[in-house]
Amino acid sequence: MLLTLTATRDPEILPDATDLGYLLVKHPDRVQPFELPWGTATVFYPEASAQRCTAALLLEVDPMKLAEAKGRWDGAQSLNQYVNDRPYAASSLLAAALNRSFRSALRGTSKDRPDLAGIAIPLAVRVPVLRCKGGPEVAVRLFEPLGWQVAATPIPLDETLPEWGDSRYVDLTLTGRVRLADALNHLYVLLPVLDDAKHYWVAPDEIEKLVRAGDGWLSQHPERRLIVRRYLAHSRALTDRALSQLAPDDAEVVDESPEKESGKPKLNALRRTAVLAALASTGAARVLDLGCGPGALVADLLRDKRYTEIVGADVSPVVLDIAARRIRLDRLPDRQRARVKLLQTALTYRDDRLRGYDAAVLMEVVEHVDEPRLPALADAVFGHARPGAVVVTTPNVEYNARYESLPEGGHRHEDHRFEWTRAQFAAWASGITEEYAYRVELSGVGDEDPDLGTPTQLALFIREENR
Amino acid sequence: MTTTVDIPELALVVLVGATGSGKSTFAREHFLPTQVLSSDFFRGLVADDENDQSATGDAFEALHYIAAKRLRAGRLTVVDATNVQKHARASLVKLAREHDVLPVAVVLDTPESLCWERTQARPDRLFGREVVRRQTRELRRSISGLAREGFRKVAVLGPEQLSDVELRYAKLFNDRRDLTGPFDIVGDVHGCAEELSQLLVKLGWELVADAAGRPVDAVHPGGRTAVFVGDLVDRGPDSPGVLRLVMGMIERGHALCVAGNHEAKLAKKLHGREVQVRHGLAETLAQLEADPVDGLPAFLDGLVSHYVLDEGRLVVAHAGLKEEYHGRASGRVRAFAMFGDTTGETDEYGLPVRYPWADDYRGRATVVYGHTPTVEPEWVNNTICLDTGCVFGGTLTALRYPERELVSVPALREHYAPAKPPAAPVPAAARAFELKRVTGRRHVETATGTITVQAEHSAAALEVMSRFAVDPRWLRWLPPTMAPAGTSSVEGYLEHPTSALADYASAGVERVICEEKHMGSRAVVLVCKDRDVAARSFVDDGSTGAVYTRTGRPFFEPGRTEELLGGVRAAVERAGLWDSLGCDWLLLDCELLPWSAKAETLIRQYAAVGAAGRAVLPAALDVVEAARSRGLDVGGLGADLRTRLSEVTAFAEAYRRYVGPPGATTLAPFMVLASSAGGYADRDHGWHLEQADALVAADPGLFTPTRRIVADTRSAEDADRVTAWWRELTESGGEGMVVKPYAGLTARAGRGLHQPGLKVRGREYLRIIYGPGYTAEAQLNRLRGRSLGRKRGLALREHALGLEALRPGTPPWRVHELVFAVLACESEPVDPRL
Repeated sequence: MLLTLTATRDPEILPDATDLGYLLVKHPDRVQPFELPWGTATVFYPEASAQRCTAALLLEVDPMKLAEAKGRWDGAQSLNQYVNDRPYAASSLLAAALNRSFRSALRGTSKDRPDLAGIAIPLAVRVPVLRCKGGPEVAVRLFEPLGWQVAATPIPLDETLPEWGDSRYVDLTLTGRVRLADALNHLYVLLPVLDDAKHYWVAPDEIEKLVRAGDGWLSQHPERRLIVRRYLAHSRALTDRALSQLAPDDAEVVDESPEKESGKPKLNALRRTAVLAALASTGAARVLDLGCGPGALVADLLRDKRYTEIVGADVSPVVLDIAARRIRLDRLPDRQRARVKLLQTALTYRDDRLRGYDAAVLMEVVEHVDEPRLPALADAVFGHARPGAVVVTTPNVEYNARYESLPEGGHRHEDHRFEWTRAQFAAWASGITEEYAYRVELSGVGDEDPDLGTPTQLALFIREENR
Repeated sequence: MTTTVDIPELALVVLVGATGSGKSTFAREHFLPTQVLSSDFFRGLVADDENDQSATGDAFEALHYIAAKRLRAGRLTVVDATNVQKHARASLVKLAREHDVLPVAVVLDTPESLCWERTQARPDRLFGREVVRRQTRELRRSISGLAREGFRKVAVLGPEQLSDVELRYAKLFNDRRDLTGPFDIVGDVHGCAEELSQLLVKLGWELVADAAGRPVDAVHPGGRTAVFVGDLVDRGPDSPGVLRLVMGMIERGHALCVAGNHEAKLAKKLHGREVQVRHGLAETLAQLEADPVDGLPAFLDGLVSHYVLDEGRLVVAHAGLKEEYHGRASGRVRAFAMFGDTTGETDEYGLPVRYPWADDYRGRATVVYGHTPTVEPEWVNNTICLDTGCVFGGTLTALRYPERELVSVPALREHYAPAKPPAAPVPAAARAFELKRVTGRRHVETATGTITVQAEHSAAALEVMSRFAVDPRWLRWLPPTMAPAGTSSVEGYLEHPTSALADYASAGVERVICEEKHMGSRAVVLVCKDRDVAARSFVDDGSTGAVYTRTGRPFFEPGRTEELLGGVRAAVERAGLWDSLGCDWLLLDCELLPWSAKAETLIRQYAAVGAAGRAVLPAALDVVEAARSRGLDVGGLGADLRTRLSEVTAFAEAYRRYVGPPGATTLAPFMVLASSAGGYADRDHGWHLEQADALVAADPGLFTPTRRIVADTRSAEDADRVTAWWRELTESGGEGMVVKPYAGLTARAGRGLHQPGLKVRGREYLRIIYGPGYTAEAQLNRLRGRSLGRKRGLALREHALGLEALRPGTPPWRVHELVFAVLACESEPVDPRL
């Protein structure tokens, strides 16, 4: 990867552009290599005249060494340990190389030209390949407030396949009158921020580095929150601490979620209330939450003493883990702990562990199962597990017309395999009652539209004992 | 004189005798130490003291637990305890019955004086003579009632007999594992003598008639044995004729017959017991009066409930038999074998309702039965019902075993009006598979050994299988991962043909086939002749097959899948494969091309790496050249950058070759894995590619041919030929080749399997895998240290699982267990603990 830094003569403040060499403490006529753990950085000057002087930092990454270093490449362009863009695109590796090669210049000190180090000079920076997460405009948003003119030209993904459009890389050129130390610190912080990945584990001492490098420009930067969050690898805790250090006044505003409560309870809260009411009406004490997801309903059930045994079941070990943390499973007192169990299951399989319960809930679950596999789900739930009661909720697709943001024919969630009309849901429910000896009551949850019904439909199945 | 005691091979032997009667000595002399469960020993286990009477309760509980485990596994078990009290024996009789084994009592009737003498001689026995006296008294009182208590055999041994006794093991009547066939198993005859003769003749039997011209025996020139599933009599026109023929065949060792419910009822009637003369018994009685059959009562009494045949691989019972009952003997085993798993209810026709036991059957043995008339015999979980309602005007059906061929003759007429219509074939069951058969730590047996699947892997596979895969009933097989050939030391190459040939040569494979490796996505295509075949054989959802990836996911949405299947079907039709293979569905192993059809998102990620490299390196070269022209010593920087630029350019060229226009997909088939007519794992690759060629010829637009050459692994000349061929392939953009044992998938290496294929990927293609610059000698050397052992082990395990799934007749639940295990092997582990 490559970065060039060009100083242009200014009769007033920079009569000789090669003074750049003094500021960088690198002689324009020498080629200086620096060894780094994953490659070699070389500093040299492709041009050096009183008119223009360009320093180049060329970083050659050894992909094998990098693979062995096992960096963290969250979101980086890494297909496997051998094939990735790290040798080419500017990243935290380049920032590290900057730090290694231009240490005193980054500090803003110069033995030979102390005055020059303190003033803004005409500079141009070019980073020929920079991964710019969020698009070229993010580079503009980050550099413009710092006094740079920004040209970020997208690089095509493959010019022989024009239909594929642009890659996420840009050829970045910054021009402006900026103090050299500031320019280097801008690059040191913002190159990894634009790339949005780090080659090392982000620890709390990273805050120190950020505050030091951001001195004098970061606290007032309009995009400081984005910068800090990305720089600290999206760690919420680190981000909060860094922001409070940078600008104590706006630290409390950390939740950026734009959602505004409109005063009315949200549909998912209404849905849980309705499901709990249906469940309570059955008198069930030992209950299954099938497809429990991150455990919102399990937590509700746990708060209600009438439920003596609660089983949250889901197919995804990842969400079960989230559910376990939500209900603080490993910190529950013994008596509480004995009431709840989380287990991995799949609702298209017969699971003997789910037999013998009073009731089961399938809240917003069936629509995540491919429609042709619903008979298997029915067999597993109604035929095999066979609880005394089953509460099923699912979206009412008719109501989708009320959601303006939803495209025609679109589903409410990208994983929904289908969404049913009221008639379709009723037909499915009636099929269940016939095949498995249950009776059913259908109702709805949420605001009722006279034509379209409620956003969520609910079925309460009760097992018939003597059929 | 030696006393002989006959004991069934599978029994619970209860020793009965007072303290000091010599039970333990007897047990030691006649049984294996592991067969004997002694109360003293169990007292010792739970209380460190064999004589601690306070531990008796726990000791017996543990003893019963172990006894139950042994009996469940079908092992002879001996209980060495005094057992002089009735309640102690009753619990053992109950245990035997629970496991459907015969309880046997061996009484050691040793004089009290001798018992006392021995007890006194043991320093650890501290009880008084009164105990020995009481036990002896209780024993004497018990002897006469033992048979009534349920012991099927009672042997009383006095001191003289005890000194010279021989145990003889008797096989159970149902145990004919020694007979290995081949068999012709015949369904319910119900007095249809004429049809029976016709069927036997059609099966190749030669009938033998008596002086009156009546068939009284049949002989098969191929040495086959007939097995009748029972219900020879009632309803039909000539029960005596059927009996005479079958009895004659049995008498001469040409046939076996199990008891049907109609035989049981007839026997009762002939013994003068009260039975309702219904369901065609009246006809039989009238026929027998007019045409008596000699020795009938003895024949009927001698019929056993079921036979275990062919080393345990085949079970014949009239109404079927669940696995726990195979080879067992008890009243309920007999009832199940004759009447099925009745629920106690009756249907609207007044006939008993039966639980569909075959749906739950997971046994290894093939179970063949009759009893319930069906229109078409159908394999359900390795069981089949052969009653095709001949007497009701259907057909009389036989199963050729081990060929698994069905042969039938039509009824001459409807001899008897059915009470209800025969059961129509049910479409493929919608019932779900069982979770316990796929998740957790699994030990999956295959022909070449047991494969362990870790819980972490099956947990990960469960999510993929249930959320993203096609309906699992389509998943007849998943391809195993493929190991590369051994790392090559040829300069500039990581993989080279010579290594693959050497690998196979050292494994003892002489003839190999080298197949062009298409760079696309592995695709398994299951195509059915029509929707009905799909519904009957796989899934009833309106589709006609499936096209899925190596992890079981669909390639396309249903509409496009059907379009593709339509093209495949037309080509299969045109190529005449339905007829030449005699099938109505086909499972094909293919590569779907181009790679971008499925993997464009992935390729774009490769493209991004290439774009970055191709943009930065020229810029870097420019500045280095500028520096050099200033007279700076840039050393080797320029040359390095130029090399890297050419490498990344080659990398981009490598992936670009596998990008095709969207929508234009072709299939390169290279194996016919299975069809409705059977499996083809044992066919050589020449055969497989012939079928593939036929498809290419039928539709060259849809199918892509697979180029190949055959080579001898020991020939240096062949090595040169293969290398030249491979270089030509890869240098013109091919991914590489796969080298396979020519003999096919089942090629064995001693007890194990050979690698089904070794890939030899092209030098340029590997840039996509190992990075643009992997060809630099330093990098190559580091890569040469890669370990292939894990990958090869995985490939072999998955191959063994896949082969097992392809075995014809494998029931769906078992196929799913195997396919799931393949997916689990391929899954990144997740924590299954929750």
